[in-house]
Amino acid sequence: MTQITRLVLQRLALGFVTLLIVSVLIFWSVELLPGDAAQEILGQSATPETVTALRHHLGLDQPPMTRYAHWLQGITHGDFGTSIANGRPVLQLITGRLGNTLFLAAFAGIIAVPLALMLGIMAALLRNSFFDRAAGIFTLTAISFPEFFVAYILTLFLSVKLGLFPSISNITPSTDLAERVYRSFLPALALTLAITAHIMRMTRAALINLFSLPYIEMARLKGASPGRVVMVHALRNALAPIVNVVVLNLAYLITGVVIVEVVFVYPGVGRLLVDSVSKRDLPVVQAICLIVSITYILLNLFADIVSIVSNPRLMHAK
Amino acid sequence: MTTLTRTLKGMPPTAVFGVAIITIYVLVAIFAPMLAPYSERAVVGGQYLQWSAEHWLGTDNLGRDMLSRLIFGARNTLAIAFFATALAFAIGTVAGLLAATLGGMVDQALSRFVDIIMAVPGLIFILLLLTIFGTGVGTLIAVIAILDSTRVFRLARAVALGIVAMDFVEAARVRGEGLLWIMRREILPNAAAPLVAEFGMRFCFVFLTIASLSFLGLGIQPPLADWGSMVRENATLITFGDITPLLPAAAIALITVAVNFVVDWILHKVSGIKD
Repeated sequence: MTQITRLVLQRLALGFVTLLIVSVLIFWSVELLPGDAAQEILGQSATPETVTALRHHLGLDQPPMTRYAHWLQGITHGDFGTSIANGRPVLQLITGRLGNTLFLAAFAGIIAVPLALMLGIMAALLRNSFFDRAAGIFTLTAISFPEFFVAYILTLFLSVKLGLFPSISNITPSTDLAERVYRSFLPALALTLAITAHIMRMTRAALINLFSLPYIEMARLKGASPGRVVMVHALRNALAPIVNVVVLNLAYLITGVVIVEVVFVYPGVGRLLVDSVSKRDLPVVQAICLIVSITYILLNLFADIVSIVSNPRLMHAK
Repeated sequence: MTTLTRTLKGMPPTAVFGVAIITIYVLVAIFAPMLAPYSERAVVGGQYLQWSAEHWLGTDNLGRDMLSRLIFGARNTLAIAFFATALAFAIGTVAGLLAATLGGMVDQALSRFVDIIMAVPGLIFILLLLTIFGTGVGTLIAVIAILDSTRVFRLARAVALGIVAMDFVEAARVRGEGLLWIMRREILPNAAAPLVAEFGMRFCFVFLTIASLSFLGLGIQPPLADWGSMVRENATLITFGDITPLLPAAAIALITVAVNFVVDWILHKVSGIKD
């Protein structure tokens, strides 16, 4: 077994263990409730008899390990339980909205990632130039803005003043792709601005770090063109940190999307999550938290594996 | 005094701007009852009144004076964010120093626990906990402080690990000093600089998180004035081209930018990094 395979397998195993522990954590969080779910559902109308009956119905009288195993088994079959608020299966509530959220995140990612990488490389190359300084102040300002501020500024100018885009993203399953892109343009733009600044700053920092290394100076001294130095010499070693930054920001998109969805009344998972939190609809919150956490952990796992595989120092067996 | 003036002279314009803004905010927060023309809770006129001499920034969705709520909002929002950050630092620093000083099983247990918490996106974890414990200022501060203390823990532990290995800590141990004494008198003073810079960054983060939660209706609860919820409550005005609801959002953005500028400058000074 080569060193790379071993490292990747180790990382995969660690990721799997993390997933399992996080699922336990999300499952057990319910145990922290004062009283329990049965009492919570019945609220004021709870009598000792109805609580016992409901507890039995929900399986709350089983030992915790059994309940956890049952819960996990249900999830692997797509059964996330039923919503307390409206009694519908959680899966049914989530599926369509999850698609919408992923669409929005992908939309923002497709614009933001290439743009940010390009700007980051430019800032690193033109270090301490006017462009670099201006970009530095601009990005620092942008990451200090709350997402809803950016979102409302965009609404004010692009929607209310200029009337270019709708201020509310009214998307239904029957909306076709072109219309969908048009209606979700403003939320996607708000997200793009948020993550572009982050990726750009970190790309710049990663490259500047590399530029100070002796092998880059060597490449310059032997007469390689600036373009070649960046593309051939620097970028390959910068790949791991940059992939990390990009993935970290894509992971950030899943949470940033919550605010933006609320501002634009976008029918996604984020808005469902916020509604469910205020209704204290635990099964829905648990399901969304689990899905988001799994995505987050998998993205981070992916970044780790890319950085292991792309590390030139691990390419050759010692 | 001379070092102070020299430091101030060497400040880049962004840092000067940052310090000025922070000072103004703190003053407004402290003297809010004297500055605000009305109470933060009193209904003083019709709903959504335009800007006028009587109500400089008009009134909100319930007819409360916007300017007064903006001023009191500084107090509530800043104070709650400050307490949450301070609590996060107290927990994180103590746990981090303990892990570094004791090492072994304590370190392993605390570090792995923090790894797990950090494997879940922060906002998602906060929302899960708020569902369980319900919304309220106390819960909000506790939940955010505990989650944020994981990041402080990592930094405090990393910094302290370097200090624990120093001879003067060893000397204190040999001398027979107690654990708490070593943590407080030997390690903490040497770990202070990076922790102070981190405090600014964490404050920004906590501040934005609370503002976002309040905006979602899950943070600071009415009738307390708070910038995040002021934006949400009056957001309909934006669709009529009125910028009033953007003012509290701008107030949030401005203080975060200011703190970030100052932190950026402190980091440069402390680390000696030129970028």
